[in-house]
Amino acid sequence: MTTQEFTMRDQFALTTAELLDRDPRTALVLADIGAAQFPDAAAAHPDRVVNVGIREQLLIGVTGGLALTGMRPIAHTFASFLIERPFEQVKLDLNHQGVGAVLVSAAGSYDWPAGGRTHMAPGDVALLDTLPDWNVHVPGHPAEADLLLRHAVAAGDSLQYVRLSAQQNREARPIAPGRFLTVREGAGGVVLAVGPMLDAVLEATETLDVTVMYATTVRPFDAAGLRAAVGGRADVVVVEPYLAGTSEREVHRALEQLPHRVLGLGVPVAEHRHYGSMPEHLAAYGLDATGLHARIAAFLW
Amino acid sequence: MTSETAHTPGRPAGPGWADLPHLMSVMTGDEKHSPAATSTLDALWVLYDRVLKVGPATVDAADRDRFLLSKGHGPMAYYAVLAAKGFFPVELLSSFGSYDSPLGHHPDRLLVPGAEIGSGSLGHGLPLAVGTALGLRAQGLDAPAVWVLVGDAEFDEGSNHEAVAFAGAYGLERLHVVVIDNSSATHGWNGGIAARFAGEGWSAATVDGRDHEELYRAFTAPHPGRPHVVVARVEPKD
Repeated sequence: MTTQEFTMRDQFALTTAELLDRDPRTALVLADIGAAQFPDAAAAHPDRVVNVGIREQLLIGVTGGLALTGMRPIAHTFASFLIERPFEQVKLDLNHQGVGAVLVSAAGSYDWPAGGRTHMAPGDVALLDTLPDWNVHVPGHPAEADLLLRHAVAAGDSLQYVRLSAQQNREARPIAPGRFLTVREGAGGVVLAVGPMLDAVLEATETLDVTVMYATTVRPFDAAGLRAAVGGRADVVVVEPYLAGTSEREVHRALEQLPHRVLGLGVPVAEHRHYGSMPEHLAAYGLDATGLHARIAAFLW
Repeated sequence: MTSETAHTPGRPAGPGWADLPHLMSVMTGDEKHSPAATSTLDALWVLYDRVLKVGPATVDAADRDRFLLSKGHGPMAYYAVLAAKGFFPVELLSSFGSYDSPLGHHPDRLLVPGAEIGSGSLGHGLPLAVGTALGLRAQGLDAPAVWVLVGDAEFDEGSNHEAVAFAGAYGLERLHVVVIDNSSATHGWNGGIAARFAGEGWSAATVDGRDHEELYRAFTAPHPGRPHVVVARVEPKD
């Protein structure tokens, strides 16, 4: 990919600015990161675009307070500082208060490898799994990010997490929020590719007789869609762009009435003390097409 | 302490200031309460009796004043005042802490009529209050005041300092804080708590937290263009 590529974060700025123009219930809360993307929106809506500075506990507290007054807040920063650092605020200022919000992260797992561990949060989705009622979207393309952001903001007062990535697929797919999409059909098991993992999964399985499903909403998990796809062979590989195994439990639940096997691939839990580029990290994690092919082929023999 | 009028003319007579110790004793089982148990009682009473524009009939009104109890530990005084003001029946107080009671040892806004937030973990109320003040302003609701009560030990939590600095810089005029200072912060606040707020551009007053007239004057002091803090000093925690 090139640095000139139109990214999900670029799309987030366009979509959010439009939503702020259209819907007086919406508000955007920032903690410096991303603030430079919203100069026009901030000028047009000074009371609804709030940059609290580098204060992430306040970022979530303010988001909860806005929701308490009936607004539909959107909070944005890197996943490390949106979910991990203020996690108790997410639990108490949002869930426990019984209010909704849209949290939009960037740079979740390996988007900025040269930035190192401090700017990686591959455990974000697993952390949200410890709380009730979170809807989690992982778009794989800017057009999908647009659709899922609009869906998330319009979804009443629910809790929505949209995980944007610098890694993206070559083309957008005809996704529907909450549903898995069957991209390729085969007889030798199912590979579920989450968000930006799709292109590598398609390349890795080109020579394998497997069904490839595409997930851009992972919570709630489309258990019915997965069950319908497994057919006579309930062997499932989940390939996620965050902590390996995060959705394994969801697959087990979906298939609890069937004998089944599950392999969860994703970012390893071990800290990876290297810098470099995203392709280098994907290869090191076994998440490039070569690494995926070897592990998928060995599991779906 | 100054004496209180029996009740405001034109309002239905309910439990008053003199009844609060009894209402608390229904929860605590003690007829006499330690200063720590009642540290918030005077400030809460003056706010709900004379300052806050909110009552049982307006708990859902968009333009009500908001009071956020951030210091959710020891909420007996809060529950007693809410019951005295008719937010829920005084009979509920005896259920305090029991399985089906809405009145836990930390308040839950989804269970307690009149409670604006659930609290207990310290340092959450002030950031929520900042968001509430911003949300009201964004909706053109300039009249409602937002109040939050914190403790001097609770002020140790760094989240408060994020909120104090931001609210001062932002000039959030409708935001008000009352700090109940019973000298319980482990390392103290050298130079006083009010100075932390004043340094960030807040209007600040420090008063005797047992003197209702002093509290009332400080609560109602004008503070154009700035948020306002009242540090209410009470007896040191024993």
